[in-house]
Amino acid sequence: MKSLAELAAIRSKMIEQVNMRRDENVNTRVVVGMATCGIAAGARPVMLEFVEEIKKRGLEHVTVGQTGCVGMCRLEPIVEVYVKGQDKVTYVHMTPEKVARIVNDHIVNGRPVEEYTIGAAQA
Amino acid sequence: MDMIRSHIMVCGGTGCTSSNSAEIIKEFERQLALKGLDKEVKVVRTGCFGLCEAGPVVIVYPEGAFYSHMKVEYVERIVDEHLIKGRIVKDLLYKEAFENNTIKALDQVDFYKKQKRVALRNCGVIDPENIDEYIAFDGYTALGKCLTEMTREEVIDVILKSGLRGRGGAGFPTGLKWKFAYNSQSDKKFVCCNADEGDPGAFMDRSVLEGDPHVVLEAMAIAGYAIGSDQGYIYCRAEYPIAVKRLQIAIKQAREYGLLGKNIFGTDFSFDIEVRLGAGAFVCGEETALMVSIEGNRGEPRPRPPFPAVKGLFGQPTILNNVETYANVPQIINKGWEWFASMGTEKSKGTKVFALGGKINNTGLVEVPMGTTLREIIYDIGGGCPNGKKFKAAQTGGPSGGCIPASQLDVQIDYDNLIAIGSMMGSGGMIVMDEDNCMVDIARFFLEFTVDESCGKCAPCRIGTKRMLEILERIVSGKGEDGDIEKLENLANAIKSTALCGLGQTAPNPVLSTLKYFRDEYEAHIYEKRCPAGHCKKLLTYKIDPAKCKGCTLCARICPAGCISGKVREAHVIDTTKCLKCGACMEKCKFGAISRT
Repeated sequence: MKSLAELAAIRSKMIEQVNMRRDENVNTRVVVGMATCGIAAGARPVMLEFVEEIKKRGLEHVTVGQTGCVGMCRLEPIVEVYVKGQDKVTYVHMTPEKVARIVNDHIVNGRPVEEYTIGAAQA
Repeated sequence: MDMIRSHIMVCGGTGCTSSNSAEIIKEFERQLALKGLDKEVKVVRTGCFGLCEAGPVVIVYPEGAFYSHMKVEYVERIVDEHLIKGRIVKDLLYKEAFENNTIKALDQVDFYKKQKRVALRNCGVIDPENIDEYIAFDGYTALGKCLTEMTREEVIDVILKSGLRGRGGAGFPTGLKWKFAYNSQSDKKFVCCNADEGDPGAFMDRSVLEGDPHVVLEAMAIAGYAIGSDQGYIYCRAEYPIAVKRLQIAIKQAREYGLLGKNIFGTDFSFDIEVRLGAGAFVCGEETALMVSIEGNRGEPRPRPPFPAVKGLFGQPTILNNVETYANVPQIINKGWEWFASMGTEKSKGTKVFALGGKINNTGLVEVPMGTTLREIIYDIGGGCPNGKKFKAAQTGGPSGGCIPASQLDVQIDYDNLIAIGSMMGSGGMIVMDEDNCMVDIARFFLEFTVDESCGKCAPCRIGTKRMLEILERIVSGKGEDGDIEKLENLANAIKSTALCGLGQTAPNPVLSTLKYFRDEYEAHIYEKRCPAGHCKKLLTYKIDPAKCKGCTLCARICPAGCISGKVREAHVIDTTKCLKCGACMEKCKFGAISRT
């Protein structure tokens, strides 16, 4: 170890791997419905895409979790995004292709993607 | 490694390892591979979570689901339900983490709610065998800061101002110790770590070493920089194989990264650490004896002064700090002395780790701010005594400490208050006793320990404690005499003021403190030949009440000594000369005819 920069480099490389254990830092949770209905509708690739996208952008404050059946099986795969201090947003009929936009618009820039939400699907 | 979405933290502390956590890790790995999840879910073996009573313990992140009392058979369900379908397996959660149909966050559970984890901050959170994880949790940044931004004087000043005191027992201000060693002129100085935790029932240091070994290495390097030393020794007992192994792995990794060795962070500071194993002699926890033992000689203390800061290991200026003391250092550097000094009481800053044991529901490791009351530790965190028994006393400070009775439950725990009530902080063992514990016998137990462990160098300790033990043994076997209490007090005070080292000087404490608070129990033993707690077998007699006995013969059939006789439907009699006082008859009697006095 020859410099502080070297230490900082290891730290930033590692931090994304252990970030989910540092809850004080996390302010956004992405939760994917992964009950039988969700999995059958393709929730797994959606979740993996979220994990990939968040890692790619180095978003330290975001974790991806899973939950059981949200109750609206016909709208699966369902993804809920919880940002601390804001109302939760529910996205339905998710596909891996939609993920990048949600991460970019909603999680990074704070503008939920209206057209993917449950409100739009029900209208 | 690329797409990890979930971490399974399995406790690999000594407690959970002995209840089979290694098999649980293997089964998780097998199940994950079987179901194709091994690329997205990672299994991490951590250090102690603290709640040893509920072990083996498993935490799954990011949900933070806290599974307790794990078994290999449960693994498949957790993988299928929680990791594949995202449904937390509620019935396997720690009982209190799932109440009123909601899942509580870990820090909301009673056991953790009042705790403040500073020394234990990484225990149960990182993989102790992976230096990268320690670095991710700000590891080695404090060392970097010291070497590149702070002068040696500034480092000592921060530690001094923080108010950190030695966690090994005596509570000497750490910064002052460093300052003395800094002021000693010599071209060779040493930094030692006391990991020879020997108090019965204490396992704080072991847990830090097992759960976060790098924090000790980092702090020792900081100390080395501060006092001007390039060599450290960790004196760890050989009975801690997991701790020793993880320390050795940590040292190897730190050397590979150049965090130990020559020219750390490109500065002219060099520092290296070696582990020395102790053979488990209690006296080697005493600083001068410890150093003699590192030198390769028989572990015996020597008179002070000269203090180690002037003349210590190999005759050179040396500082010796306890594991837990070191575990606080990097955070004090990173967060500032003000942060540390904001916790605790006026003269005792920061937090203290206690190992809760004995008659308590939540056996385990707790860390609380100084000034927390004993009542909070025992009832709010520890969950009180099992089976609804009444709390009688807590023993702190191991064989050097004393017993704190129920009347002192609301005393705020810090170094000075504990000494004022006749006990001491010690390293942090806390053994809880309930109404069934005989206080005379407790004093005898601890004294027996010190008699065993006395190195024999000085007469007060070698002969004095032995004589005290003989008197106590007489008392518990019903042969106590008038004047024994006074003899004990005389001897105790003489030993306290004349013994060579801390072991002897504190050895009479358990007797003195029990005499102070439980003198009536001593008197009952001596004058009435009776043990109020019903513990001392030689003083017990079992009797059958002929009026209540129905002559069912049950007691006669189960008596292992065959000392109960009587005819069917007639009152039975116990032959007290043969009775073993096992109490089996009293337990089995359906009519409550057998009593113990």
